[in-house]
Amino acid sequence: MELVCPAGNLPMLKAAVDHGANAVYIGFRDDTNARHFAGLNFNDKQIREGLHYAHDRKVKVFVAINTYAQPNGWERWTAAVDRAVDLGVDAIILADMGVLDYAANRYPQVNLHLSVQGSATNPAAIRFMHRHFGIKRVVVPRVLSLAQVAHLIEETPVPVEIFGFGSLCVMVEGRCLLSSYACGQSPNTYGACSPAAHVEWRDTPKGQETRLGGVLIERRSLDEPAGYPTLCKGRYDVAGELRHAIEEPTSLNTLDILPGILAAGVSAIKIEGRQRSTRYVAQVAQVWREAIDACQRNPDAFRPKDSWHQILAQVSEGAQTTIGPYHRPWH
Amino acid sequence: MPTTSHSTPRLTLGPILYHWSREQVFDFYAEMLETPVSVIYLGETICSKRRLLRPEDYWELAERVAAAGKDPVISTLALIEADSELKTLQRICADERFLIEANDLAGLDFLEGRPFVTGHSINLYNQRTLAFLAARGLKRWVLPVELGRETAAALIQTRPDGVECELFAYGRLPLAYSARCFTAYNRNLSKDDCQFCCGDYPDGLLISTQEAMPFLALNGIQTQSATTHNLLSVLPEVTQMGVELLRISPQSTHTADIVRVFADTLAGKLTAADGTAQLRAWCPNTLSDGYWTGKAGIATA
Repeated sequence: MELVCPAGNLPMLKAAVDHGANAVYIGFRDDTNARHFAGLNFNDKQIREGLHYAHDRKVKVFVAINTYAQPNGWERWTAAVDRAVDLGVDAIILADMGVLDYAANRYPQVNLHLSVQGSATNPAAIRFMHRHFGIKRVVVPRVLSLAQVAHLIEETPVPVEIFGFGSLCVMVEGRCLLSSYACGQSPNTYGACSPAAHVEWRDTPKGQETRLGGVLIERRSLDEPAGYPTLCKGRYDVAGELRHAIEEPTSLNTLDILPGILAAGVSAIKIEGRQRSTRYVAQVAQVWREAIDACQRNPDAFRPKDSWHQILAQVSEGAQTTIGPYHRPWH
Repeated sequence: MPTTSHSTPRLTLGPILYHWSREQVFDFYAEMLETPVSVIYLGETICSKRRLLRPEDYWELAERVAAAGKDPVISTLALIEADSELKTLQRICADERFLIEANDLAGLDFLEGRPFVTGHSINLYNQRTLAFLAARGLKRWVLPVELGRETAAALIQTRPDGVECELFAYGRLPLAYSARCFTAYNRNLSKDDCQFCCGDYPDGLLISTQEAMPFLALNGIQTQSATTHNLLSVLPEVTQMGVELLRISPQSTHTADIVRVFADTLAGKLTAADGTAQLRAWCPNTLSDGYWTGKAGIATA
């Protein structure tokens, strides 16, 4: 099972490689990828250096081009595919059927992965994508229970990658428009959920307020931690009761079910967080490397170490972590 | 460039997105057959646990729709996770009497090679995707709701012959899908023991911000906007653009009235301003149309 780690810049890529990643995923500096943040991502020179560093250490590099192209700007996506191929990356992670069609026809020899943003959650969807685009891997959205993941793997010839740790999308990725409803830009159209330009933080007598596109998505007391300002983790009024109507400010951690993930036949486990720090990726990669190695040596005896949980808790967003949808009661 | 004149868009009725009683569903369609909609989409698109109507019931309704001189389309589940859901979809797609709307990629796998429709939850964002799907049998696509006039116009200009464009023209916007049932979650029930509590909210469960602004509506695993998206004020523009179909998404009251407002406005018998005033009175909260002009969906022009 491959450990796939995020890198938002060259130091992060090197840290991921140094701390046990089998593959690192990155993006270009524009809206062709789903972490389109100011100051983040790579130019070609940095990618060449990163590729050199990773390949010297037998680590792969994937490029995510996983947003949705519209007619105005379409060439940006095809140019991004051309660039990734020219640079010689190990795989391109795509979501848009049009971009997949372009890449599969133009570069039949290149490894294409279906991004989590491609929203394939069942064997028929994966079969369709495999038949037409020859995808070599599918990253499945965070909606399936572990039993469903295991069943999916039995039913599909395409290797399956799942998210193991990091921020938790509550909605099917690629099919969530909540951000653009509030502010006009979404992961699909812009490459970011809650883009910083549309987020306002303000301390008021009633507490710290977070607004997205002017909409009040959370008001918390000043001693409560503030996570990434997604509107799905704010508190709202539901029939007169103030509550987290969609999800708590929690993040995903599947360390406790690692033997089950391994037994299910998952091909790769992905760490979320290209927008996080070098320290984040170093610590998370190291814990997961140790955990995967220990689990592969002896899955029956696998117990996550307290120290692993402590390290992961320190870098998790929000006060709590969850196994999320892999655990049926979460649904 | 010469001006081409386009025919008036036809009105369609989207699938019922909520969990209404069997009786209410049958009464609703009996009423809808008397309205000027040309196309009626039938089927459960949100939750596989909702089984008050079976595929056989929808097929029977489709026969009635066809007998009334309208075009039925069978609509399918938007999020396929479980094996049982996939088998039901396969069974629906094996029936070739009616046109079928795919709402999950799985539908494309089963429908490829014959005429089909893609719903707004299939991500058709550009001309290459449109051409790719047209080569597989696509006859009509519903524009994803976050896309606006600029992309709609560009897609219509470059589309393959014989492929129709449908816009989501009226209704609470379908914004997101999840594994979690948010209705059950907010009633402190598990999804496996949901007690079909979504049936208590015939237009979704409203959630408001901490400053009491209606924001979203929860409908089982689907999250909708609290505002009602409304394109009544841009009917001349969409007609000129060449849009063939305009979808009205059912709400629990006044749907027939809403259809008539759209039909009368298209026919020039009612001004958009007067029609909008009526829609404002009938929608559950307020109206919005920001997505059409490239703004936030919640905005109004």
